[in-house]
Amino acid sequence: MLDLLANPNTQWVLVGTMLLGITSGVLGSFALLRRQSLLGDAMSHAALPGICIAFIIVGSKEMLPLIIGAGITAYIGTYLIQAFVKHSRIKTDTAIGLVLSVFFGIGIVLLTYINRNATGNQSGLNEFIFGQAAAMVRSDVNLFVIAAIALLTITFLLFKEFKIITFDREFAQGLGLPTVFINGLLMTMIVASVVIGLQAVGVVLMAAMLIAPAITAKYWTDRLDVMVILSGVVGGLSGLLGTLISAPISGMPTGPLIIVSSCSLFFLSLIFAPKKGLLTKAIRLMRLRKSTSQNQVMQGIYEFIEETGRNTLTLDDLISVQPLSGLRLQQTIKRLQKRNWLQRSTETYQFTDKGIKEAHQITLNQRMLQMYSMHEMQFAHLPMEKNNWDFLSLPNSEQQPLFELLSKHELFPSVLQERTEDR
Amino acid sequence: MTYTMWIILTASLVSVACSIVGVLLVLRKMAMISDAISHTVLLGLVSAFLITQSLDGLAMFIGAAIAGILTAVFIQLLNSAGVQADAAIGIVFTFLFAIGVILVSMFARDVHLDVEHSIMGELAFIPWTTVDWLGIEGVPQAVWMISIVLVINIILLFVFYKEFKLSSFDPHLAAALGIPVVFLHYLLMGMTSITAVASFDAVGAILVVAMIIAPPATAYLLTEQLGKMFIYSAIIAVLSAISGYYFAAMLDTNIAGMMATMTGLFFLAAFLFSPTHGVVIKKIRNRFTTYSNDEA
Repeated sequence: MLDLLANPNTQWVLVGTMLLGITSGVLGSFALLRRQSLLGDAMSHAALPGICIAFIIVGSKEMLPLIIGAGITAYIGTYLIQAFVKHSRIKTDTAIGLVLSVFFGIGIVLLTYINRNATGNQSGLNEFIFGQAAAMVRSDVNLFVIAAIALLTITFLLFKEFKIITFDREFAQGLGLPTVFINGLLMTMIVASVVIGLQAVGVVLMAAMLIAPAITAKYWTDRLDVMVILSGVVGGLSGLLGTLISAPISGMPTGPLIIVSSCSLFFLSLIFAPKKGLLTKAIRLMRLRKSTSQNQVMQGIYEFIEETGRNTLTLDDLISVQPLSGLRLQQTIKRLQKRNWLQRSTETYQFTDKGIKEAHQITLNQRMLQMYSMHEMQFAHLPMEKNNWDFLSLPNSEQQPLFELLSKHELFPSVLQERTEDR
Repeated sequence: MTYTMWIILTASLVSVACSIVGVLLVLRKMAMISDAISHTVLLGLVSAFLITQSLDGLAMFIGAAIAGILTAVFIQLLNSAGVQADAAIGIVFTFLFAIGVILVSMFARDVHLDVEHSIMGELAFIPWTTVDWLGIEGVPQAVWMISIVLVINIILLFVFYKEFKLSSFDPHLAAALGIPVVFLHYLLMGMTSITAVASFDAVGAILVVAMIIAPPATAYLLTEQLGKMFIYSAIIAVLSAISGYYFAAMLDTNIAGMMATMTGLFFLAAFLFSPTHGVVIKKIRNRFTTYSNDEA
């Protein structure tokens, strides 16, 4: 591995793929938030005819003219998509698919034509379809460095403008920003980042370079600035990983490995990201279920005591006072016993001293919630949703009207009434 | 049948089969799903090859169809996990396609599973692989495959025509009436998959996408009736196939690519000059109305 890293060729490829990852990650964030991810797919496919036409005109495989040609047709494709959507009843997805496949078809026609009529210099333009990062040479990387620095600098300088236009175009217009220009500039920059990635990743897979890092970053933050930076990091990291994995294995394509790396990072985030990850969500749901069923059982027993005055419940009583299914009820009862809130004596169950206090609190909170919901307008100022519907922690003065309502409706929990009146 | 006729026949069958599923996909705003499915077919083909170690037609077909349906399922899964729709499509198909390319270059490099071929297609080779079946001799394998798929598509379309129609235009009403919307969704995904697979070998992934999206989109600009939309898009598809072949022969270039180009030209013509939706026609009509208003 270290030998490979010492190889100057590998170094250039490494620098190139990382730069591509960073720029497409950064600009992909904007594309993603503007819901234009698949536009990147259309752009990269639409670039193929441009590459071929540039080659026919220039007659050699020089990177700069090819990239300019690619950029021009990619831009035309993007424009056509927008025109189709704006001026006819064609929907966005249809327009994207149409431009993508037809431009690619034109590209294939030109490519086959060039391959069959190539004079002397066998063109090898095919590598643009699937990418060939290993074919990157120093002059290519130099070009990428310049392009990447330019794109990143513009993004940095115009970050605020891009942000506003991404989230609220009308507001940007209201502020007097030149929205048409900024929109066009952002679009041009996305096209540019797609086009410089083509050689490494190829037309077919380029879309993923825009989408995967951006959506990965979105799982870790809610802030655009953090997301853009993270997305750049993820993109660069995938470029690094893809190149390092593919370099020692001969015939292993770099582009697809870069894509697989970035998609794997996405899948990891999808599952494990804090707050938004599926695992965190599942755990949260499970906890919520547990505490809800616990509260339901506690309140059920409490209200049973309130109604009948009997302190002990048979299992049948327990089943009738709450809505849980058999298995869940058993689990909940076990948990309550473990917390020492519920006692079992042969056939019957009863609260411990600790348990009845807890049940009182739960019931009180639940009934305050009831009052709150009945008179929501009156309590609209209370930030209950933020407080997780915990009425017991409210200051006394806020609780008082709720208590009054409870007394009025004769809903004040009565088993432990004396104690609360002491407070 | 001459060599040319076989190619044109294959291309026409492919284009009609594609345009049938295409109409439904375009109307349901799911056109990009066809792009995703036609790419992931590659992974299905490679996996089928790696499991069976043969290039047997049926195994390949099943493998690819499974890959296609799995693509639709994965996209749906990501979508319900909160990933926005366009990103879900983009990430699923690029990921599966990338794995397909990696598997090909690791295990199947020497086999007839050329990745480039799978994208661009090579119609010119179609007439050379023939299979005799049902006492009919000398019919290319690809023609058999796509004919069967076409028949399946037509039958399913006739059987579920009303259901497809209603669930495409008003999914909520369809669901309320008890039409199995989810079943129809996956049925359509299945149809798209088998169509993509059968067409894939003949014309390549990209032409499949062009044939699925462009002729229906063109027909969408020409008529307001679903029945006519199917017929128009089939006619446009066949016209693109035939004209594409002759232009390709003239320029000595890739046939599938030329056919895709032709579908694009037909669409452009409809976009500009459709009697009801054409941009130019609308402009002319606007001018006339303003003149007559001035006179009045």
